[in-house]
Amino acid sequence: MPNHHKKREKDAMRILIIGATSALAQETAKLFAGDGAELVLVARSPLKLNDVQNDLQVRGAKQIETIVADLSDLTRHQEIVEAAIKPFSGLDMVLIAYGTLGNQQTCEQSVEATLQEFTTNCTSVISLLTLLANYFEQQGRGCIAVISSVAGDRGRQSNYIYGAAKGAVSVFLQGLRNRLAKKGVAVVTIKPGMVATPMTAHMRKGPLFADPRVVGRGIYRAMLRRKDVVYLPGYWRFVMWAIKSIPESKFKKMNIGG
Amino acid sequence: MWNLSTSEQLEKEAGVAVQAQEPRLSGRGEEALSWGRYPRVKHTRIIPIYWRSAVPDLENIGQPVLPHAYGRSYGDSCLNENGVLLDVSHLNRFISFDEESGLLCCEAGVSLAEILAVMVPRGWFLPVSPGTKFVSVGGAIANDIHGKNHHAGGTFGCHVVRLKLLRSDGQRVVCSPTENPELFQATIGGLGLTGLILWAEFKLKRIANPYIDVEHIRFASLEEFFALSAESDQDFEYTVSWVDLLVGGEALCRGIFTRGNHNTSSEPARKQLKRRLPLAVPFNLPQFVLNKLTVKGFNELYYHKQLAKRVQTITSYDPFFYPLDSIHEWNRLYGKRGFLQYQCVVPFVGGREAMRELLGHIRRSGAGSFLTVLKEFGEIASPGMLSFPRPGLTLALDFAYAGQKTLRLLEELDAIVRHYGGAVYPAKDARMSAESFQQFYPRWQEFAQYIDPHFSSSFWRRVSAKSS
Repeated sequence: MPNHHKKREKDAMRILIIGATSALAQETAKLFAGDGAELVLVARSPLKLNDVQNDLQVRGAKQIETIVADLSDLTRHQEIVEAAIKPFSGLDMVLIAYGTLGNQQTCEQSVEATLQEFTTNCTSVISLLTLLANYFEQQGRGCIAVISSVAGDRGRQSNYIYGAAKGAVSVFLQGLRNRLAKKGVAVVTIKPGMVATPMTAHMRKGPLFADPRVVGRGIYRAMLRRKDVVYLPGYWRFVMWAIKSIPESKFKKMNIGG
Repeated sequence: MWNLSTSEQLEKEAGVAVQAQEPRLSGRGEEALSWGRYPRVKHTRIIPIYWRSAVPDLENIGQPVLPHAYGRSYGDSCLNENGVLLDVSHLNRFISFDEESGLLCCEAGVSLAEILAVMVPRGWFLPVSPGTKFVSVGGAIANDIHGKNHHAGGTFGCHVVRLKLLRSDGQRVVCSPTENPELFQATIGGLGLTGLILWAEFKLKRIANPYIDVEHIRFASLEEFFALSAESDQDFEYTVSWVDLLVGGEALCRGIFTRGNHNTSSEPARKQLKRRLPLAVPFNLPQFVLNKLTVKGFNELYYHKQLAKRVQTITSYDPFFYPLDSIHEWNRLYGKRGFLQYQCVVPFVGGREAMRELLGHIRRSGAGSFLTVLKEFGEIASPGMLSFPRPGLTLALDFAYAGQKTLRLLEELDAIVRHYGGAVYPAKDARMSAESFQQFYPRWQEFAQYIDPHFSSSFWRRVSAKSS
């Protein structure tokens, strides 16, 4: 009986996916599409967005609306959120899945590049979350999921600008979860480790690199189960626990990860 | 309908099995392997292609390129030594599907496993299924693959309605039996050499449920096999035989003839589709594990797994079509040196003598083939210029790679195939001579005109060399 109930509810699921052409967003959306969800997809490139829309349509999405937008333009966020709520008269879930892995060395030499990284990965996410949080809070139910990163758990010389942005998002989500828990809204922080996606195409692939399909499935599950913080794949919880437990006096002299 | 549980419920039931239903990406980074893990060659780069609208300029990469997805070709037709591989496994999106006609359009990197996962619950099936579902649509076209229904449905290429080819000069060419028909015929079975297939459109077929009515019949001689084959082709869509090469004598060949049809009941058996255990071979086994004795033991068990001469059963499509897919990376059974597949076809005329000669020769050589498969190809012509299937008897074997000895044996088999006017399958080959290839594929020079000037493969450089 409970299964039946859940199924019916999921069939009508209305999900907003921001950054819908990212590899992890696609893998997650495929699973929701297979369940017959109604999707609102936001992305910058109309060509790629069209490819993703067609794919999800064939996979069984009930209906799909698309919004083309450059999310680094914060002034449009209000309009985007309103446009996303409209087509299916409401939202049950949102997944924020965009981000860039900028070049650390370039950022170190350029304030502009550093702030740009920060805008994309942090400020714009927080801007959207502020608007969405109020919508969900008022609604009194739903789920907000955001792809942060294990890089936000501890700053390392190789990617601390990206890491700092993700870390800020993680802390923001922690507070938001605390605020919205009482209102029946779940806030899910997703912390993937290294995943073989276009974002990491330039990197050498070690054994720790995960298949985006595996991570996508993890995100899908975490959203349905209204988890708090998930590491994907799960072993990253232990990896990061180990990394976080190294005393700073030692850590500062170490060289962990590309 | 059946099995309409959500992805999450399926997962709960199956544990990690869902994960095992997907193809593993073939070796990434500097090394890409074919399924036989022989030969091992270096590529200068592997370039992932993520979007149809964002393919790099193929003319200025500096080295010849070759599309590559899951690396399920056995030999070197999916390898490009010292060249560049275009990894199309990320082009895995569907484009459109017509619920009325079954016409599916999808990107070239979509795997057959993915199509089945999405379409079987809706009552659609692949027009042609090879022995593994972990191949890409692009690969299915480039090798013009066949399956157990060749006598009834022809090759995969027979069902392709249209495809789009990206040439290195940037042209995007739609090819079909009526638009650019020559380029279409060159691309079907064209080993990925005519350009990068971006998407393809082909027809799925209706099924009432995911089950297959199967009959396994033991046979004790080639004569018996031929009789069974003749008797079955009319009434059974799928036929295939497993052969035990190691038991000789007068009989020369014993085995199990398997034939099946899609179950047509709209009210299928109540039993759930069995999820199979996601087995995997975690590392290369030492070479000695698969030896004549163990193969003999396996064959003995397999032949006698059914006590009755004839067994009828109903099974889900998965174990029927893809028995080996349930063991991930089974190719590691052959150890680090890898293995060589060998598949040939000989025309019906003289076919029985040829088969006897081939089987006898293999037996005398003492090389054990773990999995030997025998089947009759039907008369349905492939559109492809270089397509392998043609009317006749086809035999597929695999041999652990044991150096020169193995290569010599296969060369001897080639000679028999040449003598009887047959052909050897490029998708499974890593060693046939240019001379053999050019005799097996008389249209190869006509085909060569359609090769994209910036595309090449290890296989092609070998077989297109001037034969002496």
